[in-house]
Amino acid sequence: MTQSIVVQVGQCGNQIGCRFWDLALREHAAVNKKGIYDEALCSFFRNVDTRTESVTPDVHRGKICSLKARAVLIDMEEGVVNEILQGPLRDLFDSKQLITDVSGSGNNWAVGHKLYGSQYREHIVENLRRTAEQCDCLQCFFVIHSMGGGTGSGLGTFVLSVLEDEYPEVYRFVTSVYPSTEDDVITSPYNSVLAMKELTDHADCVLPIENQSLVDIVNKIVQMANSGKLGSVKQNSFLTSNKGGVKETEKPFDAMNNIVANLLLNLTSSARFEGQLNMDLNEITMNLVPFPHLHYLTSSLTPLYTLADVNIPTRRLDQMFSDAFNKDHQLIRADPKHNLYLACALMVRGNVHISDLRRNIERLVSERKPSKCLLVKNTHVT
Amino acid sequence: MALITLQLGQCGNQIGYELFDVICNDFYSNGLCSKKENHNYQTVCKERFFDEMESGEIVSRAVLLDMEPKVITQTLAMAARSGKWMYDVKSQFSQKQGSGNNWAHGYCVHGPKYEDLVMNLVRKQVEKCDRLGGFFNIMSMAGGTGSGMGTFITKCLRDAYPNSFLLNEVIWPYGTGEVIVQNYNSILTLSRLYQTSDALLVHENDIIHKICSQLMNIKHITFKDVNKVIAHQLGSVFQPAYTTESSYYSRNPLGELMECLVPHPEFKMLGLRNIPQMSEHSLAYSTFTWHGLIKHLRQMLIANAKMEEGINWQVQPPLHPKTEKSSLKTGLQFNRSLANLAIFRGKDIDSASPDGFRESALYTSWLSSDEAFTSWKTPRAFNKYEKSATLVSNSQCLLKPLDAIVEKAWNMFASKAYVHQYTKYGIDEEEFLQCFTTLEQVISSYSNL
Repeated sequence: MTQSIVVQVGQCGNQIGCRFWDLALREHAAVNKKGIYDEALCSFFRNVDTRTESVTPDVHRGKICSLKARAVLIDMEEGVVNEILQGPLRDLFDSKQLITDVSGSGNNWAVGHKLYGSQYREHIVENLRRTAEQCDCLQCFFVIHSMGGGTGSGLGTFVLSVLEDEYPEVYRFVTSVYPSTEDDVITSPYNSVLAMKELTDHADCVLPIENQSLVDIVNKIVQMANSGKLGSVKQNSFLTSNKGGVKETEKPFDAMNNIVANLLLNLTSSARFEGQLNMDLNEITMNLVPFPHLHYLTSSLTPLYTLADVNIPTRRLDQMFSDAFNKDHQLIRADPKHNLYLACALMVRGNVHISDLRRNIERLVSERKPSKCLLVKNTHVT
Repeated sequence: MALITLQLGQCGNQIGYELFDVICNDFYSNGLCSKKENHNYQTVCKERFFDEMESGEIVSRAVLLDMEPKVITQTLAMAARSGKWMYDVKSQFSQKQGSGNNWAHGYCVHGPKYEDLVMNLVRKQVEKCDRLGGFFNIMSMAGGTGSGMGTFITKCLRDAYPNSFLLNEVIWPYGTGEVIVQNYNSILTLSRLYQTSDALLVHENDIIHKICSQLMNIKHITFKDVNKVIAHQLGSVFQPAYTTESSYYSRNPLGELMECLVPHPEFKMLGLRNIPQMSEHSLAYSTFTWHGLIKHLRQMLIANAKMEEGINWQVQPPLHPKTEKSSLKTGLQFNRSLANLAIFRGKDIDSASPDGFRESALYTSWLSSDEAFTSWKTPRAFNKYEKSATLVSNSQCLLKPLDAIVEKAWNMFASKAYVHQYTKYGIDEEEFLQCFTTLEQVISSYSNL
């Protein structure tokens, strides 16, 4: 089984990362009832026996002793990282995985990229190397950052070019959070444009995410839950809720960050768990990037509301497939129906049969006249 | 003679498991025939597919290959759970990271890198056989490991065992919506296999899916169902049968299959159809006559229908073979064959008379119908069907799917989409063009039959 490392840069990146680890733990807890450290867990976590003080070798088999995240946390301020370290997830990370400074990048891309980049290069390389050495087959880096700020966009893209230099064989998936149109940071357009160039040159795959669409989705879910029009909608959507998580008090951005965390989890679920039709992460770039540099992928999630009824009737299922192309479900404010698809992939998770998939693909292809190829994978049931 | 099965990639491993499962279940059944008959049949069947341990357990003669460990682990566990047969746990090879649907990655990177290890596993299986009948490689065309690595391994087998027979079972992907680069992977696989393998036995996912939904009446089709149908069809060909006029079971299934069906190296695409195919529930209430089965099977052949349902009975072989030239576009199209092999299994086999297949209008002018048609028989029933008939044909039936796949790949190639992913691992545009040429040649040969 392959492993992935998450690199979270800047305030936004670390907040999303925090939600990601929380959800990942919950997901594994739901599947893995026996508490055995298995192949699926191995992809994002390592199993360490913390009782021994010295350099601890990983425990490969047997019971879960103490899980450590395969992650590198980078921020040029201390606030968010400290908060994680004081929070319930503190045991996931150790101090060697962190890179922090005190002063911040002041929303200036150049400060993050050039100044801190050259200053911390050695430190970053060293940190990445240590994390990478703990994997026996490293396949992928997931970089999470924002485009508007200074550290996330500046230092984040710097880290990306470091990754390309040091690990040219390992895939680099970037999740970038784009600022909303009325952003409170006045330099965010500059920062975004400068960062975009770096993304185009150094990433294998970029998943752009727009703050505004996250806000819209959250609002819609809240509205649905409160209106109670459909009695079948559960109070808390799986996508945004913190229920069952380690943190009880919700922070303002948590609902939005959970959406992004879910996106990443679903993207990797097929590579982690066994299923009828497995998909590897390298298949994503292989199938969705027809030309070099055209590697920006828009993403959508469906369903947004958890239904009380678990057995989805057929029509609901078909609706779900259509919704994936609906503009309300996109994580970026775009309407794919009125644009051209170069390639698209449907990743289906749960108890969906091949016959349902075939029916829906045929329907979707016939609706969209310039029939674009679709890639479909059925995944593990959770 | 023993057959060694190579299960390549995710698809190959899943189908391989189902194939051994079908064969093993059939092996243990009484086969609705005399004891002596059954005993002979079982002896031949066992030698063909299994190696018997001293403890009496039977171990399949298979080599499992995949770049990902998940499917192989699953397959080994399923076989061990069945309690009837098992895989040789040493005869498997897997790595951590898949080929990512990239044919070039499988063919140019993984293939050469692990060649020695894989060929070593194959050699160990070969050494266990008293008489080696040949290799049967199961792979898909769409993926990266099965198609890319599978093609490479086929080439290695050809080099290492130049005198053995090589049959490749290839799974044709769904028309749309499986993998975007499936058309590229397919043409690369087909054109290379055409040069190395002795024959390609083709199963189309779309058609098997239809069989599942229409004939088997399965509401929620899973890949397991699809694979089961493929395994049943394969089993009905490879289980022992009497070849013409001889009174002993054919010892060399691959050799005799090639002898009947591949008269010319330019034509080696084989299609398979069988009858009857239905769900277990309706099987109990159905009876068949040999006359009816053979009549249906013949029409399925000439009208190019893959199922017994919805056959076009209007299509007839042309009366004057010279005047009517078949073209790809006409709707009512007659499917001309080069060679056919019919296999009949079950009760009252002596009353089965396949004379309908001996009509010379069915075949090309340069091969007489006596040479072009062969039939094998056995009174032993196969896999719960009291009577069953299978037809393996080297005919124009694969022309349409082949033409479609080449056209789609060409459209993509014209805009150079995805080509960079292949050049990265060493397949350049020149090689793509060669593949197109090879396949265009195959298409034109088949259409001019």
